[in-house]
Amino acid sequence: MGILLTRDTIDNTAHDPARPQELITGGYDFTTLTDKVCGIVERRGAPRAWWVALGFMASLAAMMFGMIGYLIYKGVGVWGLNNPVGWGWAIVNFVFWVGIGHAGTLISAILYLLRQQWRTSINRFAEAMTIFAVICAGIFPGIHVGRVWVVWWLFPLPNFQAMWPNFRSPLLWDVFAVGTYATVSLLFWYTGMVPDLATLRDRATTRVRRIAYGFFALGWRGSNRHWHRYEKAYLILAGLATPLVLSVHSVVSFDFATSQIPGWHTTIFPPYFVAGAIFSGFAMVMTCLIPAREWYGLKNIVTLYHLETMAKIILATGTMVGYAYATEFFIAWYGGNPAEQFAFINRAFGPYAWAYWIMVSCNVISPQLFWFKKIRTSPAALLVICIFVNIGMWFERFVITVTSLSRDFLPAAWGYYRPTAIDVLTFVGSFGLFFTLVLLFMRFLPMIAMAEVKTVMPQKHWEDKVSRPVGDYHGTNPGDR
Amino acid sequence: MNDATGTRDGLDDATRREFLKRLAVAGAAASFGAIGLILPESAGALATSDYDWTRHRWVYLIDTRKCIGCGACVRACRVENDVPDGMYRTWVERYHIPAGGEAAVDSPDGGAGGFLPVAGAAEPGKAFFVPKICNHCEQTPCTQVCPVGASYSTRDGVVLVDAERCIGCGYCVQACPYGSRYLDPRTHTAEKCTWCYHRLVKGRSTACVGICPTAARMIGDRENPDDPINEILATQRILVLQPELLTKPQCFYLGLDMEVR
Repeated sequence: MGILLTRDTIDNTAHDPARPQELITGGYDFTTLTDKVCGIVERRGAPRAWWVALGFMASLAAMMFGMIGYLIYKGVGVWGLNNPVGWGWAIVNFVFWVGIGHAGTLISAILYLLRQQWRTSINRFAEAMTIFAVICAGIFPGIHVGRVWVVWWLFPLPNFQAMWPNFRSPLLWDVFAVGTYATVSLLFWYTGMVPDLATLRDRATTRVRRIAYGFFALGWRGSNRHWHRYEKAYLILAGLATPLVLSVHSVVSFDFATSQIPGWHTTIFPPYFVAGAIFSGFAMVMTCLIPAREWYGLKNIVTLYHLETMAKIILATGTMVGYAYATEFFIAWYGGNPAEQFAFINRAFGPYAWAYWIMVSCNVISPQLFWFKKIRTSPAALLVICIFVNIGMWFERFVITVTSLSRDFLPAAWGYYRPTAIDVLTFVGSFGLFFTLVLLFMRFLPMIAMAEVKTVMPQKHWEDKVSRPVGDYHGTNPGDR
Repeated sequence: MNDATGTRDGLDDATRREFLKRLAVAGAAASFGAIGLILPESAGALATSDYDWTRHRWVYLIDTRKCIGCGACVRACRVENDVPDGMYRTWVERYHIPAGGEAAVDSPDGGAGGFLPVAGAAEPGKAFFVPKICNHCEQTPCTQVCPVGASYSTRDGVVLVDAERCIGCGYCVQACPYGSRYLDPRTHTAEKCTWCYHRLVKGRSTACVGICPTAARMIGDRENPDDPINEILATQRILVLQPELLTKPQCFYLGLDMEVR
């Protein structure tokens, strides 16, 4: 078994129609797969590197909460906001994190409905990331208001002031869109995890683990009826989550698109935002997964084929985003509205041209390298380009928000926005929170959806004695071994 | 409850039906009661005893040809409404357009201290002042986006912010195409020109109109046929700012140049 686990990664990216890709390489069977994935969680004492990383990220997160405390004490004036730029990094960060949160549900819901079997190796991780990203996103609109202590007035609670929230406001649509998305994503993630939690429960060697995993496994026994209902529930949740993937970022884009500000007031925003969100979401999945598969020895489960497929999605969505950039310019010219024309010329050549060109280089040019298979199948190159994409997508939101506001309708009031240290540290701290949650997830929950991976593993080699699967979802099956 | 015998919890079918019926009646009564609680109390007239907001319709008029850029209006507004430094409920812009050249606009401190001579002022071209103020639009982009309904239009055509209700998200500040709103750093809530509503309801004019030495500003009541503003609006050529945005501003301009945005 040891040999199997340390075997080098097999290149399973060759396209041979006669022989479909092996989604799981390295000769895993049901037992060794369970042992591998559970082993990460069951290991006594986390690796030192994990503690160092957790300490670092948790202190960043603590710093963010410190900054938020200071912000609440002093008011939004501690940010670099001015008139006319009344929305700055907080909104940029909100849109950025919501975007990151898009890949998970796309992978788990839409790819499930489209029967993309390769999703099984990455969906758990991507969904977890989605939830953590939405948590990070949720912080920013909550704190960017002047009076944080009354932010709960955004929720339609009956009814304390003889007044409902204003349902015409896109900000309120956000509350519902993001709230629904977070809820369904969480449910979907958890439902998918129940069989794996039961596996951990059944393998638990300590009482605490048995009770903790047992509680969340909801009494799962793996009976036929359980599986039947589980799969029904999973399918229904996938169906519910699918429109949400498209709706959330559409609604977020309405925050801008329904405004009159030139550069915001465009009908292209919803599809453009959704493509950008999937683009950035996949880039973030790669950014987290490539190191994780390296450190935890998961290269045979999250294989080169998986990385290559994600790279293709990044290439496709990146090209869509580039096309949207071009279309914006075309419509500004073709529409003949001088304010719009000015807004876009100002974007590319005005005082924030540096941000615009960072965005174009990272989002449009760098993913084009994925046309080359050599680059698509090199984890190091993928990681570098995906980090560029993350940077570029943050700048996209910065360009949209700040450039448009700094040159709005009133030339007499034009200004230049500069973030303060508080802005920067809050944003950096949100990465701390995100990665703290990711690290905790990797330590305490099964980061590969074992039960789902097993459904795509063995069948095609059933007749082959060597790679014939043994064991069941509990792991070792003494009768087979 | 509904097991094979139908009577496990002591309810036979008839009493169950009765029970459900009563439940429905009670539920309906409760929901109507709740609606009563939800509806705003002040659906009728304003609390001020002798002011009926259904019998007024306020509009504002600015004659840019009369403005001399003294900035008295900005200072008066600041005093009247306790406007913090660097924020403006009304301000004056100076346009300087050399013949065949690019328009230059400035508004130092909102024009509160008047204007110093601009370089190249002697060149041929045109220069003028444009006082600006909240347009109190009929189709308000600002109240629409307020997530908590703190921003609203009164029956007499004034757009106001309820500072008690405002959470300070700043969305209305972005949404206003005329730059009329700001976040007050002291209260953390959105603020804007109220057309001195506290004065209007007592039959007085706004601070800016009252102080203007050239009568470049005027506020009037469309519901009052004797108000001189109605004759001007009926007989003069008037314009509003950015009519293409379809916001239906209720602040009208005389002598507006097409360069003004």
